[in-house]
Amino acid sequence: MPMKPKVPGLFKGLGVTLNTLMTTVTKGANTVQYPHEKEAPPIRARGVIALREDNCTSCMLCARSCPDWCIYIEGHKELAPPRRAGGAPRKVNKLDRFDIDYALCMYCGICVEVCPFDALFWSPEYEYSEPRIADLLHDKDKLGEWMETVPEAPELEAGADKKGKK
Amino acid sequence: MLAIVIPYWGQSLLRVLGGTVAVLLPAGTIVYLFLFKMMSFMQSRLGPMEAGPYGSMQLFAEVGKWLQKEDIIPEKADRVIFKMAPLIVLVSTFLLVAVVPFGPDAYFTQFDAGVFYMLAVSSISVLGILVAGWSSANKYSLLGGLRAAGQLIAYELPMVLAVIGVVIQAGTMNLQTIVVAQNGGEIFGWNGLGNPYILTQFVGFGVFMIAVQAELTQAPFDMPIAESELVSGYMTEYSGFRFLIFFIAEFATAGVFSLIASVLFLGGWGIPFSWFSWHNINEIDDWMNVVGPLIMFTKMMALVFVIMWVRFTYPRFREDQLQRFAWKALIPISLLNIMATAVLKVAF
Repeated sequence: MPMKPKVPGLFKGLGVTLNTLMTTVTKGANTVQYPHEKEAPPIRARGVIALREDNCTSCMLCARSCPDWCIYIEGHKELAPPRRAGGAPRKVNKLDRFDIDYALCMYCGICVEVCPFDALFWSPEYEYSEPRIADLLHDKDKLGEWMETVPEAPELEAGADKKGKK
Repeated sequence: MLAIVIPYWGQSLLRVLGGTVAVLLPAGTIVYLFLFKMMSFMQSRLGPMEAGPYGSMQLFAEVGKWLQKEDIIPEKADRVIFKMAPLIVLVSTFLLVAVVPFGPDAYFTQFDAGVFYMLAVSSISVLGILVAGWSSANKYSLLGGLRAAGQLIAYELPMVLAVIGVVIQAGTMNLQTIVVAQNGGEIFGWNGLGNPYILTQFVGFGVFMIAVQAELTQAPFDMPIAESELVSGYMTEYSGFRFLIFFIAEFATAGVFSLIASVLFLGGWGIPFSWFSWHNINEIDDWMNVVGPLIMFTKMMALVFVIMWVRFTYPRFREDQLQRFAWKALIPISLLNIMATAVLKVAF
């Protein structure tokens, strides 16, 4: 195959790099100097997963759907007072342990989507690196603390079928 | 000329110190200014900013990091040769800088076969690279070394042929005399600019710079170290201090080749002699020995800027494109250039 040098294109390429050089020198770079200045992530960014413990029924759906098996759940049954007077005591699942190992988590979000009781939420918080890898195992207290950073859920669309909770 | 007489040991000491400075200072400046900063700016980022003001101490941090690393030698490597290879590459750089004139009296050595010596010595680094690739007992290294050998030999030829034009025009192979001839020369009787050979040998200059780019294995000619397919080729198995030597040699050689290109084509350390009505090298004032190196440094920086600019702009040549470009484009062009130069030399 004969070689056809694309000479105008070659100079155009040099122009592109030189232009970028000049804009960076005069107007600054596109990047930010991270630890000194921070960019706010988008409000729905997948930073960390938060747990609302009261909603969790330890149904294990999240743990079973997790591709990395990074969710650990233990629970036991407890009797709770009946809802109506004179009724039988209810049996509820009490959560003993809910850990997410962020050293394994790949932020796929399947657990958040699969949760039928709105117990797991995405939070945009992302600065939780640790010197020790074992510290990346967040227990249910720490996961509960992330709830404070979870943004408000957006309003439903007008005319959406609103299934109110009992 | 200088009136002070320096004893022989003093001269030797000065040469060793000067040589080290002439190799390491450009290398450091090139790495910081072009590799760290210019490349980052061309990619719209700032590059190292933490170590020192604007990351100016980053180089020391990098060197410190490399010095701390373990010196790993593969089990099946040819240990002696493996250890020798980076030094061979670096030595070729030091030998190259020895022949570059920095001023009327500021040179390490000067002899009539300067251009010949320069071209001969610059190919020593090929040996170092080939040896490094072979002794690493690693197929990536071997492939990289072979590619490097093929490429460096292919591009040595256009480089030699491009320089021949200058040699014909100057009528000498002494680099110092070439500088004097350029600055003392005249263009059709007008001597306000001297006669830098880039004006007449622009084809040779172009071919020389392209060949230099390939000799330095800088992109787009970085097939031998193609990091995405050969994981740095012949340097794969090197770590710590030995890798550092390869690294220094790469950028120091870029600086030295730019020095040589500025000597051959851009008038070297000189300023047009007519400005101060000098007529030959003996009339040049002593202060040129201080200004000369600065002029050389400026010209070197300009040329390295071009080399790095090209490096950061173009993607890599394929191996067959690379060889075809050398044998079918550069060598015929430089041969034609030699013929034209010879004819014009005889005609005028």
